[in-house]
Amino acid sequence: MNSKEKLKLLKLFGCFFKIGLFTFGGGFAMIPLMEKELVNKHHWVKKRDFINSIALTQSVPGAIAFNLAVYFGHDVMGIVGSLVSVIAVALPSVLIILGIAMFFSTFSEIEIVQNIFKGIRPAVVALIIYAAINIATHLKWDVAMIVILIAATLVSILFSINPILLIMVSFAIGTIVFLYNKYYKKKKSDCNSCKN
Amino acid sequence: MDILWGLFLSFFKIGLFGYGGGYAMISLIQTELMNNGWMSKEKFVDIIAIAQMTPGPIAVNSATFIGYEIASFPGALMATIAVILPSFILVNILAIYMKSVTNPLMTNSILHYLRPVIIALIINAAFTISLDAISDYFSLIILGFSLFLIWKTKIHPIIIITLSGIIGMVFYSF
Repeated sequence: MNSKEKLKLLKLFGCFFKIGLFTFGGGFAMIPLMEKELVNKHHWVKKRDFINSIALTQSVPGAIAFNLAVYFGHDVMGIVGSLVSVIAVALPSVLIILGIAMFFSTFSEIEIVQNIFKGIRPAVVALIIYAAINIATHLKWDVAMIVILIAATLVSILFSINPILLIMVSFAIGTIVFLYNKYYKKKKSDCNSCKN
Repeated sequence: MDILWGLFLSFFKIGLFGYGGGYAMISLIQTELMNNGWMSKEKFVDIIAIAQMTPGPIAVNSATFIGYEIASFPGALMATIAVILPSFILVNILAIYMKSVTNPLMTNSILHYLRPVIIALIINAAFTISLDAISDYFSLIILGFSLFLIWKTKIHPIIIITLSGIIGMVFYSF
């Protein structure tokens, strides 16, 4: 690795460290800062590629923040770049959380702190409910999706089925529907051609 | 060593099936914690609250915190690496083979049926947490008020958490 590459790697680290440090509230909140750093400031990624990559990386499981860091890190400097980026984006969180975690057990014994958390817990429920509403309002709903939503909600609450199972089932449904459509349409177009 | 390996497996699973970002992961994390009997639900909710108030992705914040609570520094390191590892492997594969392997139509079809499940998992997380978080009428009021604030005014979550913490301190202490 020459000194120019080392410098680029260092810049990549600094860039993702900053993104990890200054975004509150999870992956989607990172996107504007990421765009500013990667597209406008460093010109590592083209604007069009940036938008496509956000959609693409959501097809893979994992936190959006890591997926984007790994993807763009790879784009800029291969696997080494992706490793540096993902470490850099996680590092601020890890350090801050460790700092808090070290004193949490002592603090959480204090009565006032317990009362503070009594107030915070319902607000956390509200934020989680809003996350569901937020995703729901951005979707184009059809009957199949509504049926799946109701069925999955009931099954997971009533029978406390492992979420992994639900994810795998819906994954299978999506794959089967895709293959069915592909096969069905192909068959249909074959028939059209034989009629002609 | 057993507990570190257990942490690694659990958080690797969480990373591997964590579609739809941090909130959808809460349900997965909770299932793993319950199955292993690692933590009380109340403590878990408190950690989620702290994970939302500190910078960075909720997945890392909660992995580091829960790992530390269960097995100190080695636990924090293990859980954090494990939750990132599936992303690291899969996205690198995606970045290398993206053009030849992924079919956008298939991805769309899968996501189409996955998203309602993600919403269901988030609703499930809200429901199970509320069993512990909603202990009296006053907490129900805080829930309604917070939901109204974030939905209608788009106030930042940190402000809502801070505000409800102050309200809780005043109401429950005096």
